[in-house]
Amino acid sequence: MAPTTPLSPPRSFQEIILRLQTYWAAKGCAVLQPYDMEVGAGTFHPGTTLRSLGSTPWAAAYVQPSRRPTDGRYGENPNRLQHYYQYQVIIKPSPPDLQALYLGSLEAIGMDMALHDVRFVEDDWESPTLGAWGLGWEVWCDGMEVSQFTYFQQVGGHDCRPVSGELTYGLERLAMYILGVDHVMDMPFNDPDAPIPLSYGDVFRQTEAEYSRWNFDVADTDTLLRHFEEAEAECGRILAKDADDPKTGKRIIMAHPAYDQCIKASHIFNLLDARGVISVTERQAYIGRVRALAKACADAFVQTPAGGVSATQVEDAA
Amino acid sequence: MPDLLIELFSEEIPARMQQKAAEDLKRLMTDGLVDAGLTYAGAAAFCTPRRLALTVQGLTAESPALREERRGPKVGAPDKAVAGFARGAGVPVDALEERDDKKGRFYYATVETPGRSADAITAELLEKVIRSFPWPKSMRWGVGTLRWVRPLHSILCILSDEEGARVVPLEVDGIAAGKTTRGHRFMAPDAFDVTGFDDYEARLKRAHVVLSAEERADAIWQEATSQAFAQGLEVVEDRGLLREVAGLVEWPVVLMGSIDDAFLGLPPEVLQTSMKEHQKFFSVRNPKTARIEKFVTVSNIETADHGATILAGNQKVLAARLSDAKFFWENDLRVAQDDGLTAWTDKLSNVTFHNQLGSQKDRIDRIAALARDIAGAVGADAGLAEQAARVAKADLSSEMVYEFPELQGLMGRYYAEAAGLPAEVAAACEEHYAPLGPSDDVPSAPVSVAVALADKLDTLTGFWAIDEKPTGSKDPFALRRAALGVIRLILTNGLRLSLDRFIDAQLVRQKKGLNGGADAADLQALDALVDAIADHGVFGAALRSVLDRIRGTDNEKVGDEGSLLRTVGDKVPDLSTDLLAFFHDRLKVHLRDEGIRHDVIDATLAMDGSDDIRLLVARAEALAAFLKTDDGENLVQGFKRANNILTQAEEKDGVEYSFGADPKFAEADEEKALFDALERAQAAIDPAMQAEDFGAAMAAMASLRAPVDAFFEAVQVNAESQVLRRNRLNLLSQIRSVCLKVADLTRLEG
Repeated sequence: MAPTTPLSPPRSFQEIILRLQTYWAAKGCAVLQPYDMEVGAGTFHPGTTLRSLGSTPWAAAYVQPSRRPTDGRYGENPNRLQHYYQYQVIIKPSPPDLQALYLGSLEAIGMDMALHDVRFVEDDWESPTLGAWGLGWEVWCDGMEVSQFTYFQQVGGHDCRPVSGELTYGLERLAMYILGVDHVMDMPFNDPDAPIPLSYGDVFRQTEAEYSRWNFDVADTDTLLRHFEEAEAECGRILAKDADDPKTGKRIIMAHPAYDQCIKASHIFNLLDARGVISVTERQAYIGRVRALAKACADAFVQTPAGGVSATQVEDAA
Repeated sequence: MPDLLIELFSEEIPARMQQKAAEDLKRLMTDGLVDAGLTYAGAAAFCTPRRLALTVQGLTAESPALREERRGPKVGAPDKAVAGFARGAGVPVDALEERDDKKGRFYYATVETPGRSADAITAELLEKVIRSFPWPKSMRWGVGTLRWVRPLHSILCILSDEEGARVVPLEVDGIAAGKTTRGHRFMAPDAFDVTGFDDYEARLKRAHVVLSAEERADAIWQEATSQAFAQGLEVVEDRGLLREVAGLVEWPVVLMGSIDDAFLGLPPEVLQTSMKEHQKFFSVRNPKTARIEKFVTVSNIETADHGATILAGNQKVLAARLSDAKFFWENDLRVAQDDGLTAWTDKLSNVTFHNQLGSQKDRIDRIAALARDIAGAVGADAGLAEQAARVAKADLSSEMVYEFPELQGLMGRYYAEAAGLPAEVAAACEEHYAPLGPSDDVPSAPVSVAVALADKLDTLTGFWAIDEKPTGSKDPFALRRAALGVIRLILTNGLRLSLDRFIDAQLVRQKKGLNGGADAADLQALDALVDAIADHGVFGAALRSVLDRIRGTDNEKVGDEGSLLRTVGDKVPDLSTDLLAFFHDRLKVHLRDEGIRHDVIDATLAMDGSDDIRLLVARAEALAAFLKTDDGENLVQGFKRANNILTQAEEKDGVEYSFGADPKFAEADEEKALFDALERAQAAIDPAMQAEDFGAAMAAMASLRAPVDAFFEAVQVNAESQVLRRNRLNLLSQIRSVCLKVADLTRLEG
């Protein structure tokens, strides 16, 4: 259970992250590291997308740097960034006390539930690029959306059985609220009393400006278009390979390498979108192409041991 | 007579689904109980964000036993058949009786169904209701297979009578029913037992849960208005928001907060929309200045600092939201002031209205042309009407409308004012969308009316031109609403205009737009056609004159089979007729709501000038009023009698009796009197019709009632003398033509 007395308030962005890590580790989650590719949201991490498929139980928590090129504002907007952090928790099957666990995490980062107004407001989640949807809420604290709370129903076109519970915290916004900061760049990144105190702006102001310029005006669209096609082709090529590896003689379905290409295609699409070269009608077509990749990867993953296929089933299949 | 109490306790139910869920629970359970043979005295259902509850009072303790006789196979039938019948009836074979009836000797079984307890019935029924509950969207969770709107945590189901409360034994997907519930999530999270509905409601209130949504809504409204009143302010009423907010809290705590001075310069509608859409805040207005100065938010918890932390947080979020709105507003104002609204209209050439009907800009061009045509008919200045149409949709390019689409039109008005456009133009920006619903206000300013009519007629002709008419319940482009809007604009403003002329011109413009790549000469000819329609008003004649003119110069080229002009000439009149019929259908619905019989409308629709809605309605109203009088009803009977005799004679003789009857052949006094009456009536009716005074025309017609009745009483129409007979038939013909001047009375029923 959550502590009965509120913890001392955190003093920095990183302290909030550390407390979430500690809290969810204590609740039994594997604390994963961020995925080493550019993604638009924590959901894209294979630890969520792929692991929410199949029947194998799973519990993980991680920070995921996320990129949304169209949201870039050269570091000048107090709330908008093209690169930001999400904190992601995914538990399969969703435990019956997931709401209580979530509220406990808010207390762990210094929110006194007796003073705040926390509400679960209907907000159904859908990811057209992942062929995924779920029902849940956005969680409001004193009128501000601080998290997304979703029970996955379908991912990559597959029904989720059992259902995973997913929590996504928008870390900058949440931290700004807890730390009482009005501009994200003013937020203390490390302890303000550290020998070298660093603000969020010290870390990211320059990169926001650099990436905003590149995303909007400089990224070479021909190259990006080519990379999109290549990623799409490579994904298909990987999945078309025979499951039996001639070198080792083992059955190795390469769901994850294929999914990396899907992630790549998705991010390139976002960059093309920011460059303004995708028309409204083309947009739907691109989303459909990424979704087709995500579905193919999901189809492959559920044929693997992590996707719930037992060793004996594999032998039978062989 | 036990009472039943049910509570289905879950994670947060979306506010918009709560009311219907409570109604569904009540309907499904009470219907099911009655179907199973129970009766009850009363029932009520409730919903909070976390629970659906139902109380049924005075339920019968068990269903009555039933005794039913069933006839089986004939005696002597194979043993197998007899055994099968006994098994089906649930009785042993030796309990079957043999009895004679008309067709022979048969086996009979007496099936006795014992009464069932309310407990057993409720348990079975509730499980079924839970498993098949009609949520608009439902989900699974964990490892379970049950579907509910969000995870279902517990089921409370008890029957209580003088002996106390007992749990109804029931289990759904691992959740066993009990007598326990919980209070407020944060203020009273512990579980407690309840013994019946009154106890349940009272204990919940002690545990900071108000069960009734109306009670929560009332409490919120009371508290909000009294806090506002204390500061000399008033809460802007919004019933939809009140219902929604009451569905977001179990324990409403009303907090009033301030809006930073920096934002008070925003239009009040912007403040209100932003606060409502994003934060679910009520707006609080200063009645003296009509400005929105504060907000009311409803939290779900009482806190030690009396909501100070909550209010501070909400204010902060609001400030961030309003900073965005202010940013949009200031940017938009700058654009409007520097570039006027035409720059925004031009940008709309990149926005698709419909893939066949072109961009928003194409649409605006067509509307502007039509608004100019219509202006004269509605008393508006043609130049202003066109100008207004050109900027009326400019705000679709503004940042504010991109963010808040529901502010379209209204923002247009603000921006038109900022751009220094004439007041009539600014008003038209806002008003040209109206009326949207059947009870919406109808604009009356002539420029607004011209643009509003042009907008709707362009939509209708456009979708008619590409054959996207409403079918059955499908009307994705809200064309019925557009047609009703046109009708209401015309009627409310008492406008006299010939719809055909404008429909035809716009249909030709639509066809021209659809054939943008056609021959330049053809397109030019279409422009000439539109002008000709505007001048002469009649499509067929206009087309002919244009065709003739063009044929004169280039006989080979235009008017060939398959040419654009020929296609337009062939198709557009049909489309135009069809669209007018659609208007007539809408008008019938509209007038039926006003209490005018459908046959009365049919009788007026058959007359000339049926594209003049105002004239049609005046005629229908006069006829309806006329038919309510004795004279009117009887005259119609007399008319019908005359018409029948005449029609039969005309069929028999193969001639039309339309020569003037001659009074000198009149024999009987009644016949002479009718001649006189007809002459007098004619003299009154013609000028009345000229003046479109249908009431006066019908009053004159009514004066014929007595002479017509007397005539039929005394005179034999089919006289032996052919001269007399012909003269009398011609007299009847005169009655018919007088009566038909006002409406086609043959279409009246009864």
